[in-house]
Amino acid sequence: MKTCLVVDDSRVVRKVARRILEDLRFNCEEAEDGQQAYEFCSTAMPEVILLDWNMPVMSGIEFLEKLRQMPSGDTPRVVFCTTENDMSHIQRAMMAGANEYIMKPFDTDIIKSKFIQIGLIDDE
Amino acid sequence: MKISDFELYKSLLYDKSGLVITPDKSYLLDSRLTPIAKKWNYATLEAMTLHLRALPDEKLIKDIVEAMTTNETSFFRDTKPFTIFQETILPVLLEKRKTKRTLRIWCAACSSGQEPYSLAMILKEKEAELRGWRIEIVATDISDEILDQAKRASYTQFEVQRGLPIQYLMKYFMQIGEAWQLKDEIRNMIRFSNFNLLDSMSRLGTFDIVFCRNVLIYFDEKNKRTILEKIAGQLENDGFLLLGGAETVLGITDKFAPNPEKRGLYVKTQAAKEGSSSATGSATGSSTSGSSAGSTRPIGSGLTTGLFKRT
Repeated sequence: MKTCLVVDDSRVVRKVARRILEDLRFNCEEAEDGQQAYEFCSTAMPEVILLDWNMPVMSGIEFLEKLRQMPSGDTPRVVFCTTENDMSHIQRAMMAGANEYIMKPFDTDIIKSKFIQIGLIDDE
Repeated sequence: MKISDFELYKSLLYDKSGLVITPDKSYLLDSRLTPIAKKWNYATLEAMTLHLRALPDEKLIKDIVEAMTTNETSFFRDTKPFTIFQETILPVLLEKRKTKRTLRIWCAACSSGQEPYSLAMILKEKEAELRGWRIEIVATDISDEILDQAKRASYTQFEVQRGLPIQYLMKYFMQIGEAWQLKDEIRNMIRFSNFNLLDSMSRLGTFDIVFCRNVLIYFDEKNKRTILEKIAGQLENDGFLLLGGAETVLGITDKFAPNPEKRGLYVKTQAAKEGSSSATGSATGSSTSGSSAGSTRPIGSGLTTGLFKRT
């Protein structure tokens, strides 16, 4: 089973994401900010990270930049999932090494279609 | 809705568009036609129905048909057909048409345009390889309203997230306020026009690829057959047809055969090829003599690609 790390400071968002990801047969882990996510990845790299942008302690973009410097930090697929919905944020995220970008609000269809595109799940 | 009213709409929709409405979908009539009644200044849907019985107004009927068509679509809907287009169909046709250097693609029932635009983006990505080619994408729908929307090519945040890779969003869209506007370089690749699938298809010309996905499900078997056989008439003998996941030709027509390895992909059968190349020949005419006279390309050329294992 693939592991997805959900990084979001909102408990509600993490809960919604968990329900969707578990339906898609992912093992779901949670982090409340970039720092917690960084610590998680230091122990074990997840297959995929669903990443919020604005969080206390360490932001999503800061975490992503650090992640890509870590040993094996290039392996997780990173999907931003944020209310930041303008082109400049999208471009910045992709430059920093994100694989996909979801603009909140999201639903099962959106997560599923993005995961299909980056080859995490089969299209059946 | 009263049974007699239901019957009126049922036969009207069937006659005008081939759309089949079953009694379990009568709630759709209520929910989709009430706004039409309002638009036409009728106090209630019943009042509109009454006038429709007495004095059928063609414009009103057109609005009714348009309101009852389903416009569910998304960019790269179902993913696989677009992979098949890119990895299976294009390589074959680019080889076969390398001297002619033209390709004609038809998206039948294109709705708000996501399907033809998805194909256009795929082709745009191959711009270098396709230099010197003339590729035409014709996209048709029965609804003027949805065609206007398709031509505007302005999509919501929700629409651009279902199926559209983020790289394509960055490359081919501009953000205008809350909306995402497809750029002209992609918009200009599509020719939109209104077309009813029950009408004669000859004015559309012939095609190398036909996308007719998730539309036959709304028709009865008789109309499914008619439409598929007309499409066979417009499709080059070595062309390709793509149907939706819940659709098939099996038990409906012998003009097309499914590719066993690529779900949703169909090619013309030998019978269909002979039918289109020697329309005046006898139904049981031999495939070795006579039939090639009226054909522009050799019969059986579609079998040489190795893509289709037929026994």
